[in-house]
Amino acid sequence: MLREVKLPSANDSRFPALDPAGRAGASFKPQHFEEISAEPTSVGFVEVHAENYMGAGGPPHAALTEIRNVLPVSLHGVCMSIGGLDPLDPDHLSRFARLVERYEPFKVSEHLAWSTHDDVFFNDLLPLPYTDETLARVCEHINQVQEAIGRPLLLENPSTYVLFSESSWNETDFLREIVKRTGCGLLLDINNVFVSATNHGFSATEYLADFPLAHVGEIHLAGHDEQEDDEGAPLLIDSHDRPVADPVWSLYEMVIEQCGPVDTLVEWDSDVPDWPILRSEAIAAERILDRHRGRQQSVKRHALHS
Amino acid sequence: MRYTPDMPAEGNPAGYDGAFGSVLLDPERATPEGLTGPRGKSANKRFNVYRNNVTHSLVTALTEIFPTVAQILGEDNFRMIARDFVRAHPPRSRLVFEYGQDFARFLAGCAPISHLKYLPDVARLERAWLDAYHATDHAPLAADDLSALPPEALATAVFTPHPAAKFISSAYAIHTIFTAHREGPMPERINAGVAQAVLVTRPALTVQVRKIDHGQFLFIEALSRGAPLQQAAGLSLAAVPEFDLQAAIALTIESGAFAGCRSSSDIDEKD
Repeated sequence: MLREVKLPSANDSRFPALDPAGRAGASFKPQHFEEISAEPTSVGFVEVHAENYMGAGGPPHAALTEIRNVLPVSLHGVCMSIGGLDPLDPDHLSRFARLVERYEPFKVSEHLAWSTHDDVFFNDLLPLPYTDETLARVCEHINQVQEAIGRPLLLENPSTYVLFSESSWNETDFLREIVKRTGCGLLLDINNVFVSATNHGFSATEYLADFPLAHVGEIHLAGHDEQEDDEGAPLLIDSHDRPVADPVWSLYEMVIEQCGPVDTLVEWDSDVPDWPILRSEAIAAERILDRHRGRQQSVKRHALHS
Repeated sequence: MRYTPDMPAEGNPAGYDGAFGSVLLDPERATPEGLTGPRGKSANKRFNVYRNNVTHSLVTALTEIFPTVAQILGEDNFRMIARDFVRAHPPRSRLVFEYGQDFARFLAGCAPISHLKYLPDVARLERAWLDAYHATDHAPLAADDLSALPPEALATAVFTPHPAAKFISSAYAIHTIFTAHREGPMPERINAGVAQAVLVTRPALTVQVRKIDHGQFLFIEALSRGAPLQQAAGLSLAAVPEFDLQAAIALTIESGAFAGCRSSSDIDEKD
């Protein structure tokens, strides 16, 4: 794939427009900065957690600015608390919008989850019941985010460990309705699908068959840990601390077969390995994307790029 | 119950976020009502995954913000104290790197480690280090900026603190302890009872941690408060008769503790 890498001149403060177009990327970790800068074409793009770049200045911004000059960057918010009942924090929203403005990410995403209540920040992606009330609240929040950033947001399906007896929507219908009401796109996390399917005893394949794939603008892959629930049945934990599991790769290939190449991120956030190991996971995803490249010329997802 | 857009949701005890929020950090309290596993299975262990994620991620954040304190206490002891801190003082900011501003005070009130009297000041220094790391980027004051002032204006010159500059005075050897744990090599023995003052700066991208003497500390502190040069020098000399003004001025420049200076009679700020 040809990509024109143009370094900005002294009087051109904007970043080069880089479009990864159906490539595989990896989470950006500062310890990999040197190796990625030395060979940026080794990966299609990198993704950063927005909150790590919400400080005023210093090395994080310097590193991201350099990376952004040679690679497309996607911005993944973790703490917007879109799925909470509390109103969005206007300060957080404007910090988020400033990052979008500053780094011109090619994708911007957030989670169907919440992390702050009553001013306390829990630093985790917490679940919500799927009801008419939460649907309205989530849509209201997504509209606010999209208005602040001036572009569609991709909303990620969660991995969950509990169900709410008050839920009256299933997750795929809930997500489909959010897309319909807000015009947002979706970030399909296939590891989350596998984790939730195992934890709640449903079929991951059926979930994916029911998922609004036409609206998927990005895919996430990651590793998970395995524990046990109260009855000794497997309880998978979305740990992002190891390679992607085989069944997740199989589900991924199935999705790509159906959708054609979709920008795919391999996430690794804890026990982060050396760059060659993380890169090899991205290369594995790239191989699957390559196998299905060129077969699908006009899929609906292109609407998200326009 | 339906929510209408103008109905405030905060503090609603019936909300799922309020129900989670009130028990996530308290292992003694029961799993919230209305949570299940598939086919009505129990959700206790399942809910505990969230409790564990929350506590573990915040405790881990504290070990990363206070690595020297963690090394001194040992990981297990540190995690136990950090867990108590997380439960008593959960973060109010979504930016994890801002967490732990009151951790030093918490350590000072922690009875089992009250013999480690230097520890709270070491924690203050580690917190200052991270604040400097994330501070606003700004070019430091250059020697030329100072020499550009007319000689008669020097005595009344006032200085703008650099956004990354922090200074801490301690009754303990916090600079020696900090540098031994962060950069090595570890000395045979550290006499923690020696008073030390530390200046933390980040003139460009690297955080610098310097030991400064008491006179220099008073001088930089006075300038940072907006005292004119001559007044700051006078304060330092009165407290420390051997105070070396030339060396102190050189320090303010080479450390990057200040962002600019101007004659206090000027209207235009020069920085």
